[in-house]
Amino acid sequence: MHRKATMALAVAAALGLPHAARAQSQDELRTLREQVRQLDRRVTDAEQAAIQASNRPASESTMNPAVSVILNGIYSNLSQDPNTFRINGFAPTLGDVGPGKRGLSLGESELAIASNIDHHFRGTLIASISPEDSIGVEEGYIQTLSLSYGFTIKAGRFFSAVGYQNQIHAHAWDFTDAPLANKVFLGNQLNEDGVQLKWVAPTSLYWDVGIEGGRGRQFPAGPAGGRNKNGVSSGNVFTHIGGDFGTGIAWQTGLSYLSTSPQDRTFDDLDSTGTGTIVTNSFSGTSRLWVLDGILKWAPNYNPTYTNFKLQGEFFRRKENGNLTYDTTAASLGTQTGGFTSAQSGFYLQGVYQFVPMWRVGYRYDRLNAGTTSNGLVDSSALTAADFPILAPYNPTKHTVMVDWSPSEFSRIRLQAASDKSRSDVTDHQVFLQYIVSLGAHGAHKF
Amino acid sequence: MKTILRFVVALSSAFAMLPATAALNVFACEPEWGALAQELAGDKVSVYFATTALQDPHRIEARPSLIARIRSTDLLICSGSELEIGWIPLLLTQSGNPKVQLGSPGYFEASQYVVKLEVPKVIDRALGDLHPGGNPHVHTDPRNIARIAQALEDRIVQIDPANAESYRSRSKSFLERWQAALARWEQQAAPLKGVPIVVYHKDFSYFINWSGMREVGSLEPKPGLPPTPAHLADLLDRMKIQPAKVIVYSPYNSPQAAEFLSSRANIPTVMMPFTVGGTDKAKDLFGLFDDTIGRLLATVK
Repeated sequence: MHRKATMALAVAAALGLPHAARAQSQDELRTLREQVRQLDRRVTDAEQAAIQASNRPASESTMNPAVSVILNGIYSNLSQDPNTFRINGFAPTLGDVGPGKRGLSLGESELAIASNIDHHFRGTLIASISPEDSIGVEEGYIQTLSLSYGFTIKAGRFFSAVGYQNQIHAHAWDFTDAPLANKVFLGNQLNEDGVQLKWVAPTSLYWDVGIEGGRGRQFPAGPAGGRNKNGVSSGNVFTHIGGDFGTGIAWQTGLSYLSTSPQDRTFDDLDSTGTGTIVTNSFSGTSRLWVLDGILKWAPNYNPTYTNFKLQGEFFRRKENGNLTYDTTAASLGTQTGGFTSAQSGFYLQGVYQFVPMWRVGYRYDRLNAGTTSNGLVDSSALTAADFPILAPYNPTKHTVMVDWSPSEFSRIRLQAASDKSRSDVTDHQVFLQYIVSLGAHGAHKF
Repeated sequence: MKTILRFVVALSSAFAMLPATAALNVFACEPEWGALAQELAGDKVSVYFATTALQDPHRIEARPSLIARIRSTDLLICSGSELEIGWIPLLLTQSGNPKVQLGSPGYFEASQYVVKLEVPKVIDRALGDLHPGGNPHVHTDPRNIARIAQALEDRIVQIDPANAESYRSRSKSFLERWQAALARWEQQAAPLKGVPIVVYHKDFSYFINWSGMREVGSLEPKPGLPPTPAHLADLLDRMKIQPAKVIVYSPYNSPQAAEFLSSRANIPTVMMPFTVGGTDKAKDLFGLFDDTIGRLLATVK
């Protein structure tokens, strides 16, 4: 500060003194001195103001991670009782695959917290708060930032890179619910506790290859929660290629192979005595799932603001081989075990078109193929097919249409109608009216 | 065997490696930064233009082709100030490339080197798509280009010191030509001073600040939200009291709203180049400002 004052005086001296020297009156000199003093005060004040402006207030919260919250609520009108929901022809997954409650309900709220941890790692936690007041960890993982040559490692709980839609959070789906194929083959959505290694090739065409090992905490592995064993209980390998085409098309296609060894993976079924007794059956063996997925997005000149179109489809094929135990708790006809093999498949294809800013329409077609099943207990006549009603061959289908309105990037209101033939005997006519909003940090959506 | 061989050859050509001969692979988030890198580094860099003038830089899909490019990038040049928040962070985490992560020398945010305008005092989503760090479209002020060029020159030299001499002399030549052009533009743009203007989006704020034009409204009711009939009617009423002389929009905006207002208010619309490649004449950074000023003068006269 002292230096500043000296400098101000020097400046004043250089500019003012020649006049002062000529100044005859003492008054004039006094005025000049006063002006210099005032100038000095202003310089000091300005200096202080600049220092203050450049210093942000220190606070413990300046390093807070990015926080965002997803809220959603839904009105459901279902022509069939959702408590009787089942997808015939396929072993139930014990996942949350039903159409939800009738009437008004709060959907799952999501709390996402993410930040770079240091120069090596990034951390993400996505908690889901169910309307039944329970909190679940949807994803909680760390991811490397500093590995070279296109490698990244993820560890923790994350949505498995099996197929396309499985990795997308429900709030970013184009329809209210998951495709039927994701429901029967992945229990709606597979999030695995494990490690993922991914490599991106140094090519102009996008190409990645990855491998995941996990504890098998969810369908198609089993039992629920994962096996009590060391090592890896579930493995997934995947690859994607993708690129641009013309002046507005971006595409990506992927292939993944999920291999698990379910041990005592249970499902409930109705027995054949007509008394309404529920029996618990269990499967042990191997389960192998192939998924071929493709996505194509079009926007004129890659500018999706006004109009854009999205075509998405996945084909699933699963082979299971092992033993099926009937009635593990001996509640009905007694516990019996026999060989069991199945080869089943399913697919969905959906298109979503934004025809004007903010408005989109979409259609999805779902179809599952119960394929071939060989049940040793039935083949040996120990039991009959009627003892496994849910596994009776049936090919479920579903048509879904939707229209949604997104007044900003952060809110969306959607109306969806579906004709769901998941049950072999009845068609469920479903109507959903839903809002999905996000608060807080600006999220980035995966391709 | 022959078919297999042919298949392998076809496959390997499809997966052609990215150019490794050029010293530096540059990923330009917006065309203006790609053009600047080319001015400063010439053929010592291979610039990938991630977007064109026809794309809204706020809304870019994190396409697989972009991830593939970032994977092999040595220097990423973005506007920053959260302009690319919807896509760049995702590309960075997916790329497996430590050279361009936040905080690495290969990560360059142009807006950090200039004084930003319109830093919001109040931040709330109800006010639209705000940029807490200030307006990110800094390149529309030609003085900013010179400041950023100096910072970028230093950064390129830091990453590739072997070619420092070439970068320094090219930058010196560019800055000299730029200062000469700047003096010319200041003269040319003199008649624009005080001219009232209506913008589509707040992407010309820095140009308006430099040229001394006066912004009297924007077609977007709030930043980032598309124009609505109610807002346009409101704007038209306001323009009766505070008339504007011209309505400007960018190549990535639909001209509909601007034309609607233009026909009602009886003032011309001008599509500004906004960035390099936005118009035929805006072939490089010099052409960008020549054409921007030229188009405005032609309508204001």
